[in-house]
Amino acid sequence: MNAPMQPPESRYAVLDAAPRRARDILLRWEVILVILLVATIVVNTIVSPYFLDVFNLADATFNFSEKAIIALGMALLILVRQIDLSVAAIVALAAMGIGYAAEAGFGPAGLFATGIGIGILCGVFNGFLVTYAGLPSIVVTIGTMSLFRGITQVILGDQAKTKYPAEFLELGQSYFIKMKESGVSWLFIPPIPLSFLIFLVLTAIFGIVLHKTATGRKLFAIGSNPVAARFSGIAVDRLTFLLFVVSGMLCGLAAALLTARLGSMRSNIAIGWELDIVTMVILGGVSIAGGVGSILGVFLAVLTLGLVTFGMSLNNIPGQVVSVYIGLLLIAVIAIPRIADKLGLRTGR
Amino acid sequence: MSDPILTLSGVSKSFPGVRALHDISLSLQPGRVTAVIGENGAGKSTIVKILTGIYRPDAGEIRVGGEQKHFSSPRDAWAAGIAAIHQETVMFDELSVAENIFTGHMPTGSTRLVDWAEMRKKSAELLKRIDAPIPPEFKLKRLSVAQKHLVEIARALSHEARVVIMDEPTAALSANEIDDLFRIVEQLKAEGRAIVFISHKFDEIFRIADDFVCLRDGEKVGEGPISSVTEAQLVRMMVGRPVDQVFPKRDVPIGEVVLSVKNLSNATEYADVSFDLRRGEILGLYGLVGAGRTEAMQGLFGITPVTRGTVSLDGRQLSIHSPSDAIAAGISYVPEDRQDQGAILSLGIRENVTLANLSKYVRGLFLSRPAEQEATRSLGRRLAVKAANWEQRLGELSGGNQQKVVIAKWLATRPKVIVLDEPTKGIDVGSKAAVHDFIGELAQDGLAVVLISSELPEVMGLADRVIVMKEGRIVDEFKRGAWSAEQIVGAATGAAKEAA
Ligand SMILES: Nc1ncnc2c1ncn2[C@@H]1O[C@H](COP(=O)(O)OP(=O)(O)OP(=O)(O)O)[C@@H](O)[C@H]1O
Ligand SMILES: [Mg+2]
Repeated sequence: MNAPMQPPESRYAVLDAAPRRARDILLRWEVILVILLVATIVVNTIVSPYFLDVFNLADATFNFSEKAIIALGMALLILVRQIDLSVAAIVALAAMGIGYAAEAGFGPAGLFATGIGIGILCGVFNGFLVTYAGLPSIVVTIGTMSLFRGITQVILGDQAKTKYPAEFLELGQSYFIKMKESGVSWLFIPPIPLSFLIFLVLTAIFGIVLHKTATGRKLFAIGSNPVAARFSGIAVDRLTFLLFVVSGMLCGLAAALLTARLGSMRSNIAIGWELDIVTMVILGGVSIAGGVGSILGVFLAVLTLGLVTFGMSLNNIPGQVVSVYIGLLLIAVIAIPRIADKLGLRTGR
Repeated sequence: MSDPILTLSGVSKSFPGVRALHDISLSLQPGRVTAVIGENGAGKSTIVKILTGIYRPDAGEIRVGGEQKHFSSPRDAWAAGIAAIHQETVMFDELSVAENIFTGHMPTGSTRLVDWAEMRKKSAELLKRIDAPIPPEFKLKRLSVAQKHLVEIARALSHEARVVIMDEPTAALSANEIDDLFRIVEQLKAEGRAIVFISHKFDEIFRIADDFVCLRDGEKVGEGPISSVTEAQLVRMMVGRPVDQVFPKRDVPIGEVVLSVKNLSNATEYADVSFDLRRGEILGLYGLVGAGRTEAMQGLFGITPVTRGTVSLDGRQLSIHSPSDAIAAGISYVPEDRQDQGAILSLGIRENVTLANLSKYVRGLFLSRPAEQEATRSLGRRLAVKAANWEQRLGELSGGNQQKVVIAKWLATRPKVIVLDEPTKGIDVGSKAAVHDFIGELAQDGLAVVLISSELPEVMGLADRVIVMKEGRIVDEFKRGAWSAEQIVGAATGAAKEAA
């Protein structure tokens, strides 16, 4: 009676993966971004002879690396249908903390720890309001954006913090690898500023976590269908909370790098960054509707935006034009896949 | 025979990697019910979507009343007098019942503003006509799955359509509600409408249909009056070979008590639910839709808060506040609402199958793609999932195949206690037997199973014991061997007097 009956084998032949089709690959978001990036480089090189200079390029990374570091955390938040609009305000609060700590005689390690610590606390506060109090993150972080910035303004007034230990300031200007140090003339190692190197390392870590680990898979599931994710035993609230803390932590790190680079801070430091950062993430292909995105995309978007801004500044194009251009770029890149869908160029419709 | 209301001829439709329909012709007569049957993924819903303007056919033509039609949107189909209750409901949770019924064709007064009073009045009439006492002003999200279904039926009726299509309308309903639905179908028939009825349940098909059309892998493999065939012939036509529809129940020794639930209650939906569940036991939980079965089990699983009562596993009292607590303790729950709670439609099949126990596929620090593929392949084959490839987005599969993937996801986890809520909803005969066999195998491995099902044959075929819930309370209990279908249904409806 107990003889195990074998169910008939399925008569359907199911492939392991879809056959690759050239036009699907060509219309992948990352490919669009690479094309955009290459186009940016080519146009700028033609227009300005100074563009392709490695030292210039290395210096250009200073201008976006701190934002880019924060964008990594933002990408994960947007992926799970949340957002943190208080990032720039956290940078300000953390930078102020670093300023006071420097006056109290902290060394570089202590200053970084101060910034990161304040960032974490801010992230805990956001995360708590979003997960345990169940409030929508857009509302919470618009609130804490004013709150954190307000605290900074109340405490600092129009005062600036300018006293920092020399070793700390040196970190802000430093290259991890200097051109001359490699010594070997045929070995070309480009100069890499510390903040850009940190961004590269973090990109690798975030990419691996998101695309290769169970935690990353859970984030995609939450972003795609939070209810089904919860039913599948994923601790949705705990992970969301954690992402806000990570976002705060990255803001603290960015605050330390930024103050070290600038050598001074006022209450309006990093003002307006949240929109630049959200732009990087959206251009990187992370869907505001959740569940779609890649770290590679965000990385490419960061480079594209950074080089566009740098190229235009080399050619003395005013900032307003830069922002018009970035606006158009964003709309175009978002529209291309949709239009391709409408024309039936991509599969699945 | 009178002129057909609607004819399809030579209709084909392909998706990447799948030929969903090939050269399909059929005609619908007024006052007749045509059952469309076929395995999961045979192409039934694709026909519905073509008839309602959701998909455009690659080839072929649609004629309504002899006139050729091209539908480019559902609105065109309504205008031609075709309305459908889709397998996957598309409704608005935050809107009222009345608004949902009249989406897209709200009654307007001379001012062209929505006439709310009229809309509510008409909604109430429609709901009354189908015996569904749901207040039209309720928000949809307050309703149960079955009630939502009734709202969908009302919506289809609101179009006063000449052709009414029902794609698995009974999947979420229990015996009594099915009777109500069939009354409605008879009424529509008497009014001279043509009805398309899709179902995997043969008793229903033989009860209600006049004609049948059988599909297999997108091709029409048979049609005719239903009286000319037997169930076995239909199954054979569908599958292409004779199949065992039932696996014999496995002989499983029943062990000690694993799960003990005492006086579980919440504020409104269920009260004093108590039962013990033993190792290797399959406990059926039967009742009408709305009897509180799902609500009680979701309380147990930590989805919704309970107000009173205790849950112990292996003698230890648990404190469960979320599904992850429940899963950590060893209790899994397979939700009945596939679309919202079970499936992640935008992820691939592989990613869905492995989601509920991801840690099993981690090698070192990373997820192992080969391990995931291996599990997906073997579970997918066992349940005969039809797909182009295992990376395909779940949303692109047919309804029944989505359900198979959801089941596979949960059967891949090996908890101590598993609660299955309508696990075979929408699954075809052959695969249903495979799922039943799988459940039997789990019990044999010592798992304790709670099976919520509105299908009495399923409960009676699988369960060792059945408890019946009515209006949020357990009203009766039956042991295998000492039960009859009449007794169980009687207890659920309250028709029979309380058993001593
Ligand atoms: N949007 C789509 N993209 C890709 N393939 C699709 C899409 N819609 C349907 N298919 C495929 O077409 C085939 C027919 O699907 P259909 O939904 O019509 O099946 P069905 O007969 O209704 O099955 P079920 O009984 O499971 O509801 C399936 O193989 C399905 O995977
Ligand atoms: Mg279907």
